[in-house]
Formats: sequence, C-alpha cells, structure tokens
Amino acid sequence: MNQNGRIQLVIGIILGIFVIFLGRLFYIQVITDSYSLWAAQNAIRKVTIYPARGVIYDRNGERVVVNRPIYDLMLIPLKMTEKMDTASFCDLLEIDKTVFIERVEKARKFSRFKPSLFEAQISVEEFAAIQERLHEFPGFYAESRTVRYYPMGGAAHVLGYIGEVNDAKIKASEGYYQMGDYIGIAGIELSYETALRGQRGVRYQYVDVHNRIVGSYKDGAFDSAAVSGEQLELSIDIQLQQYVEQLFAGKKGSAVAIEPSTGEILAFVSAPNYDPNLLVGSVRGKNYRALANDSLKPLFNRPLQAQYPPGSIFKPIQALIGQELGLLNSNTRFPCGGGYRMGSHTVKCTHVHAALNLEESIQFSCNPYYCWAFKTMIDNNGTLNPSEGYQIWRTFMNRFTVGTRTGIDIPNEVKGILPSVDYYNKVHGSNRWRANSIISLSIGQGEVAMTPLQMANTMAIIANKGWYYPPHLVKSVGDGKKVPEGYDGKIDMGIQEIYFDVVMEAMQKVVDEGTARAYGKLDSIAICGKTGTAQNPHGKDHAVFVCFAPRENPKIAIAVMVENAGFGGVWAAPIASLMIEKYLLGGTKRPDLEKRILEAKIQ
Amino acid sequence: MKTTSRSENTIFQYIDKPLVGLYILLTLIGWVAVYSAVYNEDHQSMFDLSQNYGKQMLWIGTSYLIMAILLALDFRIFEGISPFVYIGTLALGIGVAFLGREVNGARSWFEIGSFRFQPAEFMKFATCLMVAYYFSNTDVNIQKNKTKLAIAAIILLPIAIIILQKDTGSALVYFSFIFVLYREGLPIAYLLYSGLAILVVVMTLLLNEWAVAVGIVSVATIYMLLSRKIKPAILRAFLIAIPALILVFSVDYAFDNILQEHQRQRINVLLGKVEDFRGAGYNVHQSLIAIGSGGFFGKGFLQGTQTKFDFVPEQSTDFIFCTIGEEYGFVGSLVLLFLFSVLLIRILMVAQRQSTRFARVYGYGVASILFFHVFINIGMTIGLLPVIGIPLPFISYGGSSLWSFTILLGILIRLDSGRKISLR
Repeated sequence: MNQNGRIQLVIGIILGIFVIFLGRLFYIQVITDSYSLWAAQNAIRKVTIYPARGVIYDRNGERVVVNRPIYDLMLIPLKMTEKMDTASFCDLLEIDKTVFIERVEKARKFSRFKPSLFEAQISVEEFAAIQERLHEFPGFYAESRTVRYYPMGGAAHVLGYIGEVNDAKIKASEGYYQMGDYIGIAGIELSYETALRGQRGVRYQYVDVHNRIVGSYKDGAFDSAAVSGEQLELSIDIQLQQYVEQLFAGKKGSAVAIEPSTGEILAFVSAPNYDPNLLVGSVRGKNYRALANDSLKPLFNRPLQAQYPPGSIFKPIQALIGQELGLLNSNTRFPCGGGYRMGSHTVKCTHVHAALNLEESIQFSCNPYYCWAFKTMIDNNGTLNPSEGYQIWRTFMNRFTVGTRTGIDIPNEVKGILPSVDYYNKVHGSNRWRANSIISLSIGQGEVAMTPLQMANTMAIIANKGWYYPPHLVKSVGDGKKVPEGYDGKIDMGIQEIYFDVVMEAMQKVVDEGTARAYGKLDSIAICGKTGTAQNPHGKDHAVFVCFAPRENPKIAIAVMVENAGFGGVWAAPIASLMIEKYLLGGTKRPDLEKRILEAKIQ
Repeated sequence: MKTTSRSENTIFQYIDKPLVGLYILLTLIGWVAVYSAVYNEDHQSMFDLSQNYGKQMLWIGTSYLIMAILLALDFRIFEGISPFVYIGTLALGIGVAFLGREVNGARSWFEIGSFRFQPAEFMKFATCLMVAYYFSNTDVNIQKNKTKLAIAAIILLPIAIIILQKDTGSALVYFSFIFVLYREGLPIAYLLYSGLAILVVVMTLLLNEWAVAVGIVSVATIYMLLSRKIKPAILRAFLIAIPALILVFSVDYAFDNILQEHQRQRINVLLGKVEDFRGAGYNVHQSLIAIGSGGFFGKGFLQGTQTKFDFVPEQSTDFIFCTIGEEYGFVGSLVLLFLFSVLLIRILMVAQRQSTRFARVYGYGVASILFFHVFINIGMTIGLLPVIGIPLPFISYGGSSLWSFTILLGILIRLDSGRKISLR
C-alpha cells in the first residue's frame, strides 16, 4: 500500500469514528427523550406542600386539636455520595449505623431516584441542629409538615389519631393519597377525614447536586397552593369531658352525656384513657405498642364497644313498651313474693314486698314484676303467639337502640345484643319457646347487652318523651357551621307521651327517695335516674347509673358505668350527679363527695 | 527596507493559517464552555481570577505567548533538543511519581504555590519529538526488529512511568503511536492484529474467558477444515489462535489482579455488566443525562441545568464535552466534532507535505495524540468507552494540558513554516 493510501486509511478511521460518535449523539440527544426525563428528575424537585389539617374546637370554641410544625427528612438514594460521612450523620440524627443502612436499603428498594421518607417527624427544636449541616449530606432534604397537637390533652377516644397512609389505602383511594400523606386512622380524624384533610399543594424548584434550592421552576407556573382542611366544632364540652376523665381516675368504665334535644354528645369518656399527644409524631409507634399491651386496655373505646347487660335500667323501657301495647297501666300490679318462680328456677327480688304498681316497680326495682310484665307482653299479647309477641316487643326495643347501633359519627360502634326470633327458634325449636324460656331478658340480664352509648341514648329518648336525634360528636363542619349529614332527622319511638309521666315520676323517686338517694340527689335540680347492676361473670359486678336532668326541659342525659364497682347507687350515681352539677351549675357544692370520687381507686 | 522585512515576513508568510485559526477557535470555545461549567451567580465577571474560567483565560493567554515564542524560535533547534526534552520530561515524570502530590489515588501532580503542574502532559509532546527524532536517523527501517524494539522502548518508557504514577488511563494515549508507525511502514497486519486483540479483550471481559477460548478454538478449527491447502492453514490458525488464547487468559488475569478496583468497576459499568448510577457509573450516567437532555439545538448559553448545578463531576476538565452537549445540543456537538476533524485532517496534510522525515513523523505523532484524546474523551462522555481521565485537547480546563497541546501543535506549525527555508 502506498503512503497516500495509508494516510487515507487513517483519515478514514478518524472520520469513521467521528461518524459513529455523531450517530450516538444523535440517538441520545435527538431520538430518545429518557435523558431529558432524567435531567428533570435531577434538577427539578417537586416539593409537596402539605395542607394544614382542620382545627377542631369544642362546643364552646375551645381549641381541642391544633397543628404543630415538624420536619420529615427525605432521601433520594441516587444522590447520595460515597464520600458521605455516615458516622457524623448518624450522630446528628441519633440513630444506629445499622438502622441507617437498613433505611437506605429500604429507600433504594422503593426507588433510586424518587424521594423516600428517611426519618419522620423531627421536632422544630431538633431540626435546627440538623438543618445547619444538611448540605453536607447530598441526597437528604427536609420537608415541612404539621402534626396534631392537643392543648387540652383529653377526649382521646373521641378524637382518634392520624398516621401515615398505608399501601392498601393508597390503592383504595385511586390516586388521591400519596406515600407520606397523613390520614385519619381512628375516631373523628377517621370519620371526618374528607373534611379535615384539605388539599395538597405543589411547588417545583431547581436544585443543584448538593440539593440546594437554586430557584423556582418556570417562575412557579406549575405550582399550586395548599388548601387547609375544614374546621370542626365538637358537640363535646371539653371542660365537662376533662372533669369526667378526672373523676374516672383510677377506675375502669365509661360515661356518656347527651343533650337530649339535639343528640349532641357532651361528654364521651372511656377509662382508663390516655393523652392523645402520645400518639403523635415519631413516638407514636412506640407509645401505641405500650398502650396496646397495657392490661387495662386504655385503647379500648368502652362507650362504643364495651357491652354490658343493662340490668335494672331495662325496667323503664319495659314499662313504656307495656303501656304502649295496652298491657300495662299505672294501676297494673303484679305480685312480688321475693321471687318469680317457674319450676326449679326462681328470679329473685332484692326484697320481699307486697304487690306493686307500675311506678313502684321502677322505684323499688322489683324483678318479679317485670317477669310478669314480660310474660304478659310475650305470651299474652292478645291472640299472638309468643314468637309474634316477642317480635313486637323486640321491635320496640330496637327503636330504643337496644341491639341496634345509635349511628354515632365515629366508626366501629358495636350494636349490642338482643336475640332475634330466628335465634330462639334455632335454640329452642320453632314455637317451642315462651316468655319463661327467656325470662332473664325481662330484667336486662341473660342474652342482652348494651353499650354505654346506647344506655345514654335510651335516657335521651325518655327525657324527650319518645324521640331522639342520632347521637353525634361533631356539632358542625367548616366555617359555614354545617350540621353533619344524617344527624338532623328526628327518630320517633311510636310511644305516646302520656306513658312517660309515670316512668319519669318513678325515676325521679329513684333519685329523690330510692336507690340513688344517698349520692345522686341534688337539691336544686330534679333528676330522673335508674340504678343498675350489670352482672359480671368474671368478677365484681359493674355499677350502672342512667339519668337525665332536669326533669322538665332536660338538658343532659347520662349513662355512667363503673366496672367492678358493685351496686350502681354507690359509685355510678355520684359521678353522674357531679356531671350534672358541673354541666348545669358550673361545679359541685359537695366537695367531700367530689374528693372521695376523685381519689377512689377501683380496678 | 525590503531585505529586513523579508526575513521577518517569511515566518508569518509560511505559517499555516488554518491550523492557527483552528487552534485559537478551539481554545476560545473551550473557554466559553469552562465559563458555563463553572459559572455561578456570585462571580459573574468573566475574568475573575479566583474562578476557573478566569484562570483558564490566563492559561489561554500564556499559551498564545508560548505559541508566539515557539514560532519565533529557529525551527532547526527542535530536532536537536528532542532527546534532551524527552529525557528531561521523563526525569520529571519519575520525580513526580515519588515526590508529587497525591490526587484521587494518582501521584501525578507537582504543586508550586497554588498552581499545579502535571509532567505527564509534557511527556506526550516529548515522546512525540523523540519518536520523530529516532525516525530521522538514516538507518532506521521499521521492517527491522532493531528499529521496532527501539521504538517500542521509546514509547513504553513513558507508559511505565505513568503507570508508576498510578495514572493508568493516560498511558493509553501512547498507543496512538501505532498510527505513526503504520504510516512509516509498519505492516497493516499490526493494525489488524491490534483490532483483533481489542475484540478479543472486550469479548473476554464481557463473556466468560472459557467461552471466548472455546470460540477462538472453534473458529480456528473451522478455518482449517474449510481450507483447501491444509498445511499453511494449520500454521496460520495456530499463529493466530495461540496468541489469542494467551491474550484471553492474560486479560482475565490482568483484570482480576493488576487493575485497581475502581478501574474494574468502570469497565464493568461500561460493558453493562453492572448498573451503578451512583458509584463508578455515576459520572457516565450524569454525563449522558447532561448531553442527552441537550436535544437538537441545546438549552442555550448558561441554561444547562445539569452542568450548571454540578451534577456532572469533573465537568470543566475531563467532562467538558457535557457542557457543550447540553447547552448547544446535537448541533453544537456536530460543529465541535467537525472542527476537530478539520484540525486532524489539516495536521495530516501538513505532515504529508514535510520534506524532512523528522517533521513528517512528528506531524503524524501530533495528529495521533490529538485524535486519541478526542476519541477517548468524547467516547467516554457519551458512554462508548470506559471512564479514562484524559482531557479534551484545547477545550478542557487545565494549564498543563493546554500548554502541552499548544507546544505539541506549535512545534509542528513552526516546523511547517520552516519547510520552504530548509529546501533552499
């Protein structure tokens, strides 16, 4: 080959390689756009602006739930450098190196170039130290968030809590929620999630390789502002709520107070309770486990989920149904004789007395009276057979929210127990059962159970003489004070008002002269109440007291349940009467009684 | 009047204007690119000496001065001083390997005050001079083994020194002399063998060494079976297959035992055997993003987000092409490659017209060295070649490299401008 040929070959090789380069350049610059996408990923950071969750007030305008700023530390694994000083980073965050490695791996598994949450909910104070040095650790940046703060520290079971949304909920939301969003998990936070959550905003920013923000992308043309969540006004009176929580110190049980005329729940106490601030921020997981493992079950929402045999407080309802059915009237008397005998079994009475009338039967809580009355309503209701009689009786009971949900505006309400006709047909055989087969029901024992909320609602119904609004915890939503949907319709019992007089009279006598006299009676306010004792197969009986006050134009209907406290008059009635004083008079005039209750420990 | 001006005129009259023009154009493009790459809003002055673009301005100015001095020198001295320049720079190279400052694991920098100086850069033109000097001896014949050995020694000595400095990447540049040797009569078979060797090396790294070995043996066997004249075929097959097999296993050994971890990583990333956007692959990945996001016309001067916000490491030095790719797009890349092609072809044409063997060989050496730099540097930024830290001639930030390339080219221009005089 001559020398010209050789030089031409060399030029050919040079040009050939440059042409290959141009081909490659044409491919990466013009044909594929994946590198442009990467570039955007690199230099443009999408910052989510989380809206402030709706603030929650009590019925008197006190702030019960507010927001407090915190920081989430985010990580984009791709942007981490090998030179990173892991040790001082771990010191800064006060985490273990193994934890660090674990979290980085997890983030990497999720995505190399999308942000993952590295450390959640760092307080403003802690973050100050971290922020100063954050630029030393490429790949990490902070997002500002807010968490809930409970200035009053009460009503945990009402309010519930929020937490990070999980995968299942993200999928179910069809794109609404994103990784890292907060969502209501329990209580009002859950049931009013759509009102409280607000709307996310977004901001696009240029960042450099050190993750420093260098400017806004296209002058904010694609940015959107966050919209805060709507405020809620609770029906709860937080002062009353906290007072009752204090009264329940050292005790287990529930108290529910309802304003009968509206169905608004004034107090909703589950004891033992916990400070809602425990389930906020980075400590939530740890505290939640501790509460969940507590043998006293502070997380258990007793007013909503604990079911007790109603016992004697069943009697006023029985009296009302019997009258409406035309089978009882104020003059109806049944023998007592110390017990209602049927074969080998006897339903005992607390005392032996002469045959009582309807009013006296409630006042003295005569068990045999209600066995006879029950037998009358089931077996001897005109031409009906016992199962038809039971069906009618049960329908009335259901209207009183016995065995049906009250429809309260927080989730997981249980409906209690009141067996159906089918159930008894199965147990005893069709038409092979009658009143005596299920006689325990007559006195609120056996196969019947109610929640404290249902008991309180029953009192609201009696206070209203036959109707109620479904009990609810949120009085209004938003600035427009909209009443939550489904809580503005009156529900009627179908029982004539006149039948309530005898029941109320009897209930007032229970407080004024009867079983609740000692601790329940108030000089200035006429209280109608009924003590009960819920049999507890596991230990000492539970004390129950239900009441409403004042008798005329009632303002508050209450159910108090103190577990393992024995007779209702001793422990439950005083708590209820202290609640009435607090709510209607602003405080008690019986400091000794108050002190005794505050200090009593019943476990 | 006429006589005095005539001798002055001769220098400028015979200077190759296209080469000088291309040289100035490329250095200025480089300066704009460095300005873009380093730009930050706190230091907007183009001549701020605390910033690299300010310093680059200084390097460019001094380079022009060096160019002027070279052109003013008597062209005849270059041949004579070649061995001394060669030995001198090699001595500096050895010195720096022991006394130099360690940067990124390599010991290849001398530090004088705030300025750093890299002897390896100067060894390039020194070696080029030495090769040319050796060829200018009358009894040199590339066909002879003695010549081959001597040339090999001249080229391998700087390679050895650079490896001593642990800067393996820039040693590759010296393989560019294969073009010079080819031009000076080395049989084409060497070029083919080199190509074949590269193929075998890549295959070995990419696949299992045994698979490649089996492949070589089967190709050789098939060749023998298909040949009509069996005896020469067997000989030929063995002559090629056995060195190939040795190469396969020595590459495998070298890869596992001689190369450093980061070099193994870079090769693995390039071959696509591991995908690591953060470690070894980070540079290339970011570089591809920067260039790839440039599109057809680019994002415009100072508009490159990837380079401006420092996503690409070493972007003002080895990865300077990213800035051009991102801000000026395919069009800008095309123009730059076009300018380099014109430069290289012009150098080859200039070399071709030299009357002395020294000047001609030197010219081919210049073209080979520049071409190899452009080839490896751009090939690396667009992900076709492994990451080897060598600068893009005239464009990359850095005093040592710019001075060295200036001297490399300047000597050629001076030799060329003197060719007419030497004929007289």
